Amino acid sequence: MRIGIVCPYSWDVPGGVQFHIRDLAEYFIRLGHEVSVLAPADDDTPLPPYVVSAGRAVPVPYNGSVARLNFGFLSAARVRRWLHDGAFDVIHIHEPASPSLGLLACWAAQGPIVATFHTSNPRSRAMIAAYSILQAALEKISARIAVSEYARRTLVEHLGGDAVVIPNGVDVDFFAEAEPNPDWQSEGEGGTIGFIGRIDEPRKGLPVLMRALPRILAERPQTRLLVAGRGDEEEAVASLPSELRSRVEFLGMVSDADKARFLRSIDLYVAPNTGGESFGIILVEAMSAGAPVLASDLDAFAQVLDQGAAGELFANEDADALAAAAVRLLGDPARRAELRKRGSAHVRRFDWSTVGADILSVYETVTDGAAAVAADERTTGLRARLGLARD
Amino acid sequence: MRRLTRRSAPVALPPVTATLIWILVALIAIGLYLSWTAGRLDRLHARIDAARAALDAQLLRRASVAQELATSGVLDPAASIVLYEAAHAARQAEEDQREVAESELSQALRAVFADPQQVEAVRAAPGGEAAARELTEAVRRVPMARRFHNDAVRAARALRRHRKVRLFRLAGHAPFPMAFEMDDEPPTALADRAT
Repeated sequence: MRIGIVCPYSWDVPGGVQFHIRDLAEYFIRLGHEVSVLAPADDDTPLPPYVVSAGRAVPVPYNGSVARLNFGFLSAARVRRWLHDGAFDVIHIHEPASPSLGLLACWAAQGPIVATFHTSNPRSRAMIAAYSILQAALEKISARIAVSEYARRTLVEHLGGDAVVIPNGVDVDFFAEAEPNPDWQSEGEGGTIGFIGRIDEPRKGLPVLMRALPRILAERPQTRLLVAGRGDEEEAVASLPSELRSRVEFLGMVSDADKARFLRSIDLYVAPNTGGESFGIILVEAMSAGAPVLASDLDAFAQVLDQGAAGELFANEDADALAAAAVRLLGDPARRAELRKRGSAHVRRFDWSTVGADILSVYETVTDGAAAVAADERTTGLRARLGLARD
Repeated sequence: MRRLTRRSAPVALPPVTATLIWILVALIAIGLYLSWTAGRLDRLHARIDAARAALDAQLLRRASVAQELATSGVLDPAASIVLYEAAHAARQAEEDQREVAESELSQALRAVFADPQQVEAVRAAPGGEAAARELTEAVRRVPMARRFHNDAVRAARALRRHRKVRLFRLAGHAPFPMAFEMDDEPPTALADRAT
């Protein structure tokens, strides 16, 4: 099958959607399908052979953080050329409602279009304001995928219609088979708490964890907190009393391999995110590596953790509740072992073998009884309407 | 600036002509808009047709696998008869009975494969691994295809209810699209994954 995938965010900037598309494309290539990914990228960045650049992306504030998006005349022309050259059986657009390549591809294509909705921002006013414009583009999509029940609900509320729920995929064995690193394992009794995410993004919740830390250390002084992620380390510990700062270790950005080893080594993974999450891939990765998970009770997290059966939940933004739960879990090895066991069994449904097969089912369902993807000549405007467009 | 106004003054059109031109422009704009909307509607109808064809294919596939299993002798006689009856009825149903017949096939499948051991028994039989896989795929894809179909139907209905479409009869003689409503809940033993 010839599959075209459209990535809305810059390929050179790491992000959840980009990783998802990379893994998906590589999974399909391993199965012998022909895959081409259209993504924004600087022209001089080295790209994998299956990625086609759609030009440089412009940084724009969007959905609570700065996103690098593509729009304008040049990008639209590149989208058309890619569609024309690719002759795809199906195209898979990610984040079609974001003002980037996804929406452009939606405008420019006809034929079987599959779309995945990643974000679930409950109060996206832009989406409501642009409803009628969006609707004309989005109604070309033959199959919609939402990454969680929560994302599906938002989609139904904002745009109407329906979607099938297929979660994001994780290479479970990559995490399950990683070698633990003794440096990150607990020394003696205390236990290590892990956090991965942007330090300077309050939405990721590190400030909540920092507020909880003094209480955790008061009960268990030997505990260490390991933080992996970009951001200003000085600022992050500014709220902590200076004698406690030595209990926090910053590892900076870590590679995929180190991330897996990190998650294999720690005694408790804490996800204190305060909102804006539609899935929570990091929780799945932590469970794959066998790390017990303690997460804020966001809808998306509750669903990934099977409503608290595969990991524990605490009231969102409640540092006291976080501290109490962390102290209880660190002092209860039996409970942690149970969470490890349940988590490992639960994550199998997020493995690429399951998720990829489901996405392929969607492709096959929409290509049954439909022609291949082509550039949509009906939207080229006056020329086409007057019959002047060339074939 | 002043010179510009002075120069444009002599070419000012008589008020009647100017009004006529504006009316013409407005008419062309409305015409283009209506033609664009008709194009949208046409595309939606094509999408419904494709989605309906896909749904038919998936339903037929499911009924065929069910019938194959029912006649294979892997299941016990009672289960075989129940499954055969439902699969046969689903394949032969008239258009207006289709939703009921397909729902009954879903119920029969759920009754027969309620127990994971039954699925294991099918897998253990020669060639059973493939049959079980086909059935798992079929019961997973029917709800997908139906959701995609009904999503297209909803989009078309929303547009067709619009004033401009009704007033100018942009939908022509295309029948008002109907959703396909059925019970498509897969047997739990075959659908053990995140929903």
